[in-house]
Amino acid sequence: MTVVKSEQLPLQSSTDVVAARQRVRQMATELRFSLVDQTKLVTAASELARNALDHGGGGQMSIEVVNGLSRMGLKLIFEDNGPGIPDIQAALKDGFTTGNGMGLGLGGSKRLVNEFAIESEIGKGTKVTVVRWK
Amino acid sequence: MSNLGEIISRNEEAIRADWMKHMTSSVQRADLISKVELEEQSKDLLKAIVRGVSSGQPDDPSGPAWSTARELLQDISASRARQGFTPSETATFVLSLKQPLLAVIRRDLSGSQDELFDAIWKSTALLDKLSLITIETFMATREEVISRQQQELLELSTPVVKLWDGILALPIIGTLDSSRTQVVMEELLQTVVATNSRFAIIDITGVPTVDTLVAQHLLKTITAARLMGAECIISGVRPQIAQTIVHLGINLEDVITKAKLADAFALALQKSGRTVVRVSGAPSGNAVTATLQKEG
Amino acid sequence: MERIPILRMGPFLLITIQVDMHDKLAMQLQDDVAQRISDWGSSGVLIDISSLEIVDSFIGRMLANIAAMSRVLGADTVVVGMQPAVAITLVELGMSLPGVRTALNVESGMELLYGTLGTYLGAAHDRSEV
Repeated sequence: MTVVKSEQLPLQSSTDVVAARQRVRQMATELRFSLVDQTKLVTAASELARNALDHGGGGQMSIEVVNGLSRMGLKLIFEDNGPGIPDIQAALKDGFTTGNGMGLGLGGSKRLVNEFAIESEIGKGTKVTVVRWK
Repeated sequence: MSNLGEIISRNEEAIRADWMKHMTSSVQRADLISKVELEEQSKDLLKAIVRGVSSGQPDDPSGPAWSTARELLQDISASRARQGFTPSETATFVLSLKQPLLAVIRRDLSGSQDELFDAIWKSTALLDKLSLITIETFMATREEVISRQQQELLELSTPVVKLWDGILALPIIGTLDSSRTQVVMEELLQTVVATNSRFAIIDITGVPTVDTLVAQHLLKTITAARLMGAECIISGVRPQIAQTIVHLGINLEDVITKAKLADAFALALQKSGRTVVRVSGAPSGNAVTATLQKEG
Repeated sequence: MERIPILRMGPFLLITIQVDMHDKLAMQLQDDVAQRISDWGSSGVLIDISSLEIVDSFIGRMLANIAAMSRVLGADTVVVGMQPAVAITLVELGMSLPGVRTALNVESGMELLYGTLGTYLGAAHDRSEV
């Protein structure tokens, strides 16, 4: 895929999280995503941005407009330099349907997007990349 | 291999003319694409190939130096797929470049057997890889067209019907997969809001099988409706379906199910505080009998 | 600091969420609701989310928390007006908000609260005896 446009937003406070998801909403609207697809992407962005802030100690989000095979999409990259995730497989399982609030929202976010990739190193940080195609 | 780049650039016009000649009428498809457009595409592609072949990665069309060629091929292939070309016609566009190219190589490198063989092998391998890119894009585009058509068909085949004030019915005919469930959910929920309906009867008489996946899709729809404040009743549960559900251990505890749509409707009426009454004075069977007796 | 306003409507509280809430605002709302139920002895809480275009897991948990907490304080909670796209997304996310009652709009929500008012008045009554 080719990148048409790219932007970076900081994730250092809870107001940053709101600003980030609003920017994703704006760009999804500009690209004329359907309402349900927009909502899913923005919600995933909110989850992942919050993770970067709460579990990663702060980080940043990049938004890229990408060109795939005859379709456009939005790619979001969430990076933090936090403690990293020890057991990614476990983290991808749903944690909060049981209501204990410990889930990282990763499993759920994965279902809201078309492509999902996660890299994490203990002590170094975490990087989550998601793509939603139009 | 940079030799190859030079060879092609030197003989570009000749190669192109030869290439166009070698494109059989089936590839040219004058009914679908104009000759001018075809010549444009050939020119652009040849130039892009020269660029790739003259770069540091002459053998690897997936590298960055080949991005122009790749994008060009993808565009060409995608538009061919949409226009109705066959996969062969599309791939032959690239493959018919072989003969003109090899002819030129043979002529220019006739002096050295090793160089000749090397160039022939490399250009054949290259064109094969490029035509594979063409095929893959073609398939992907075709699949996209098909899935979009399927989507449109789905939207047409899941009508949401208003049975009464505040009571909707959604008869599902056919299999319920995840993409259909999305469509069904969106339609149903939007209608719930638009009509202010508290009840939605999902009739599955027309659903051939209910396995764990189908049940999950139904449950998703029911949960989403519930989050909005509407209650779903499942009707049209055939005896075999009931057995399968129990057998598979599917948990439908929180869901109200009825065998018949009529029963589901009656329940929805009742839950919304309504009863159906017969209007007094209306003709009934007894009235007929009474008249007969009088006359008898 | 800005807060989500809580209106008193007889025995009930009406909360209309119209802004994109950041986490602190959501936590503040939870605290404020608990306080108000206590101050006014409310027996019902109506949360109107018809303007919310996004409900993520944090907001979802907030709604569940408000419902649970209110119940402990003797009040019933109804969440109304969830948008279709939001409902679809929440389900996909894995949140079904069990224990949170819902209604299509404020009007139906009120009906629901009035319908169960009988039971909860009883509960509040018992509580005051203790």
